[in-house]
Amino acid sequence: MNAQHQPTGSAYFMAAETARPETHTLSVLVDNEPGVLARVIGLFSGRGYNIDSLTVSETEHEAHLSRITIVTTATPNVLEQIKSQLERIVPVHRVVDLTVRSNELGHDKPLERELALVKVTGSGENRVEALRLADAFRAQVIDANTEHFIFEITGRVSKIEQFISIMRPLGLVEICRTGIAAMNRGAQGM
Amino acid sequence: MAKSGLFSPTRKTGQGVRHMAGKEMQMTGAEIVLQALKDNGVKHMFGYPGGAVLPIYDELHQQDDIEHILVRHEQGAGHMAEGYARSTGKPGVVLVTSGPGATNVVTALQDALMDSIPLVCITGQVPTSLIGSDAFQECDTVGITRPCTKHNWLVKDVNQLARIIHEAFRIATTGRPGPVVVDVPKDVQFATGTYTPPSPVIAQKSYQPKVAGDLEKVRAAIELMAGAKRPIIYSGGGVINSGREASQLLRELVELTGFPITSTLMGLGAYPASGKNWMGMLGMHGTYEANMAMHDCDVMLCIGARFDDRITGRLDAFSPNSKKIHIDIDPSSINKNVHVDIGILGDIGHVLEDMVRLWRASKKTDRTKLEPWWAQIDRWRGRKSLAYTPNRDVIMPQYAIERLCALTRDRDTYITTEVGQHQMWAAQFFGFEEPNRWMTSGGLGTMGYGFPAAIGVQVAHRDSLVIDIAGDASIQMCIQEMSCAVQYNLPVKIFILNNQYMGMVRQWQQLLHGNRLSHSYTESMPDFVKLAEAYGGVGMSCDKPGDLDAAIMEMIDTPRPVIFDCRVASLANCFPMIPSGKAHNEMLLPDEATDEAVANAIDAEGRALV
Ligand SMILES: Cc1cc2nc3c(=O)[nH]c(=O)nc-3n(C[C@H](O)[C@H](O)[C@H](O)COP(=O)(O)OP(=O)(O)OC[C@H]3O[C@@H](n4cnc5c(N)ncnc54)[C@H](O)[C@@H]3O)c2cc1C
Ligand SMILES: Cc1ncc(C[n+]2csc(CCOP(=O)(O)OP(=O)(O)O)c2C)c(N)n1
Ligand SMILES: [Mg+2]
Repeated sequence: MNAQHQPTGSAYFMAAETARPETHTLSVLVDNEPGVLARVIGLFSGRGYNIDSLTVSETEHEAHLSRITIVTTATPNVLEQIKSQLERIVPVHRVVDLTVRSNELGHDKPLERELALVKVTGSGENRVEALRLADAFRAQVIDANTEHFIFEITGRVSKIEQFISIMRPLGLVEICRTGIAAMNRGAQGM
Repeated sequence: MAKSGLFSPTRKTGQGVRHMAGKEMQMTGAEIVLQALKDNGVKHMFGYPGGAVLPIYDELHQQDDIEHILVRHEQGAGHMAEGYARSTGKPGVVLVTSGPGATNVVTALQDALMDSIPLVCITGQVPTSLIGSDAFQECDTVGITRPCTKHNWLVKDVNQLARIIHEAFRIATTGRPGPVVVDVPKDVQFATGTYTPPSPVIAQKSYQPKVAGDLEKVRAAIELMAGAKRPIIYSGGGVINSGREASQLLRELVELTGFPITSTLMGLGAYPASGKNWMGMLGMHGTYEANMAMHDCDVMLCIGARFDDRITGRLDAFSPNSKKIHIDIDPSSINKNVHVDIGILGDIGHVLEDMVRLWRASKKTDRTKLEPWWAQIDRWRGRKSLAYTPNRDVIMPQYAIERLCALTRDRDTYITTEVGQHQMWAAQFFGFEEPNRWMTSGGLGTMGYGFPAAIGVQVAHRDSLVIDIAGDASIQMCIQEMSCAVQYNLPVKIFILNNQYMGMVRQWQQLLHGNRLSHSYTESMPDFVKLAEAYGGVGMSCDKPGDLDAAIMEMIDTPRPVIFDCRVASLANCFPMIPSGKAHNEMLLPDEATDEAVANAIDAEGRALV
C-alpha cells in the first residue's frame, strides 16, 4: 500500500524523472468477484505505484458491481499508465479520473469525504476541551463513559487531519479512518 | 441427460456422452473440463499428473479426441504449449497438478505473459473444504499466478466450471493474447453439475477488447506518412499475434508506400528477410542501418511493438526528431515508454486493412522524394554491421547459423531458440520469410524455453523440420524433455552452438566488469552425444567448418530426435551492440570493437543503469 513513488520507465535505461507528481482520485467500477481487490492492489504494488487512500464497497448489489476509490500520486505519464493498466484487469468495467473530470466540468476538484472514529480518554480540563472542540468540528459522540469519548467525524481529509492533531494532546488513544469516498458535482453520473 | 452410457465401453472411442457438443447436460466436473476443451477446439495438451488432477486424467484416459503429451517437468509443458500456440495461432493448453505442479509452471506463464502468447492452464487444487488449511500439496495458485496471468479463476462451483473454461479461452485468445489459469479443486472435479456449451451471451461484460481502429486517426496517420521524407516502419510481435492476414497486409503496406522496414525480435518473419525494403532487426543487437534509420527518421510507424528497452536504448535520445504513430491493441502499450503523436488503438489486421485501403484510394508514393533517404540507408548498409571474420579451423557461430539457414531453405522449417548469444545470432543470420516460423523467449528471456517450445511446435507440425538453436548452458535447463521427444517420436533437432560459456554473460562481463569471468564458464559439460543416446535419441558432433554441411544434412535427414553438439569458437562476441546508457547512433560495430573500444564503451553511469 505504501510503495514509494517510482517511474515506470524501463528498469535498464531509466532517465531521472523530471515531471512533477500530482495527486488524483480515481473511481474504478469492478465486478464484485473474489480476488478483484487483490488484483487492483497487486497492480499498484507490483508496478510501484502509490496508494494514498483506498476504499471499496459494493454499490450495486443486483449488478454485482463494486466501486473502488483510489487516491494516488504520480507524474502525468504514470497516471495515464495507471488508468490503462487498471482497465486491463478483466473484471474492471470503467476507470474514471475524478480529478481530471472535475476540471473538465469546471470545478476545482471532486467532492471528497472521509469518516473517522476517534477515541479520546482523559479527565478534567482536557476532557472538557475535547468535547468543546468536537462540537466545533461537528463531530458526534457515539460512545462515552467517565473516562473516554468516541467521536465520529465526517468531512474533507484536511478537516479530519486537523481534528486528529488537535485531539492528540487531549488524550487520543485510537483512530480508525475509512479512506476517501468521492464523486463529482452536478447532475451527471460517473 | 441421464448418466446411462457413462460406463459403457463406447465411451472409450468418444462416442458416448461427450460427443453431444452444443447441449446442456449433467456431467462430473472432470467430464466438463474435457467437454469444454473439445468444444473450444482443443486437439493437443501438455501436462503432468498428480493427486489433485487424477479425476481429469481418468477422463483423459477414456477418450481419443484430445492427445495428451506427457512432459518431464511442468515448465516444459508450459513452453511446449507456447511453441504450439506461436506456431499455429491457436491457444496452447496445459494441465498440471496442485502445489509443485502449479509452481513449476509459473516461469512459462510469465514468459507467455511477456510475449503475449495465448495459454490456457488448468491446475488441480486441493478440495474446497481443505483450501487454507495447508493441506498436502496446497498452494495459493490464483494468488501466485495473479501477476503472471492475464486473468485467473478458482472454480468453487461445478456449475460455473464450463462457463469459466469457455471464458478462459476467450480471454486468452482475444485482445492482447496471454496466459490464463483455471484452478479446479478436486471435489469440483468429482461433483456433478450442468455443462453449458460456449456462448457469446454469457461472456464477462467488462472485457470487450476493441479491434477496429479510429478511422480519423488512421487518416491522420496516412497524412503524416505521405508527407514523410525519412519514414520507417518498426513492426513487432503484435503483427504475428494478429494472424497471417496482418503479415500479408503489412507486406502490402510496405509495397504501396515504399518505406523501409525493420522489426523487433518478436516480429521476425512478418515481412520477409529477402524483401527489398528489409533492414534487419533493430535494437540492442540490431543492424546498424535499422538503428541509424530509427534514430534519424522523421516519421516512425510502429506496428504492434511496445518500445521495449532493448529497442529504445536511452529514452531521451530515442529517435529525437520524428513524429511517431503507434498501432496497438493494448492501451497500456501506447505512451508507456515513449510519447507518440498518434496512437491508434485496435487490432493490427483491422487497422492495416483500413490503412492500406485508404492509402490506395488517396495516396501515391512519390518515390523520388524517398530516394535520398534510401541512398542514406544504403550507405549505412554498406557498413556491413553483421560482418565477422571467417575461420578455416574453427566454426564461427555466425557461420553455423548461416549454413543451417542455407541448408534448410527449401524445407518446411520452424526455428526455436534458447537465450543468449546463439539466440541473437539466430535472429541476425537466419532469414525468416514467413510469420509463425520463429519461436523465441523475448520479454522474459527464459533459458530452457527453446527445446520444449520446439517439441510443442513439432506436435502441431508432425512432418515439418523443427530446430532448437541452443546454447550449451541453456539446453541444460530443460534437457529432461528429451525423454518426452523420444516417447512421442517427435524428431526435434537440438542444434547447440557450444562455446563452453554462458557467452552472453561473459560478453557483458567483458564489457562491464573488467573481464572478470565470474561463474560464466560452463564447467563439467556433459557429453552431449552420449546424453542423446542415453535418452534414446541420436547424438552428433562437429568441430570443423569443412565438415559442417555434411553433418547438418545428416541431422536433417535423421527422422529421430537429435542433439547436435556444434563446437564453435569459444570467445566470439555478438555485435552490433548498443551498450547500456547509449543512444542508437552510438553502437559498437564488429570491426570497431577492438579491445580498447570495448573497454571504453560503457562509462560509469551506463554501468549503473544495466
Ligand atoms: C538476450 C536478449 C536480447 C534481446 N535483444 C533484442 C534486440 O536486440 N532487439 C529486439 O528487437 N529485441 C531484443 N530482445 C527482445 C526484447 O526483450 C523484447 O522481447 C522485444 O523487443 C519485444 O518485441 P515487441 O516490441 O515486438 O513486443 P511484443 O512483446 O511482441 O508485444 C507485442 C505488442 O503488440 C501488441 N499486440 C498484440 N497483439 C496485437 C494485435 N492483435 N493487434 C495490435 N497489437 C497487438 C501488444 O499489446 C504489445 O504491445 C532481446 C531479448 C533477449 C532475451
Ligand atoms: C533462466 C535464466 N537464468 C539466467 C539467465 C541469464 N542469462 C542470459 S544469457 C545466459 C547465458 C546463456 O548461455 P548459453 O545457453 O550457453 O548461450 P550463449 O550465450 O553461450 O550462446 C544467462 C545465464 C536467463 N536468461 N535465464
Ligand atoms: Mg554457450
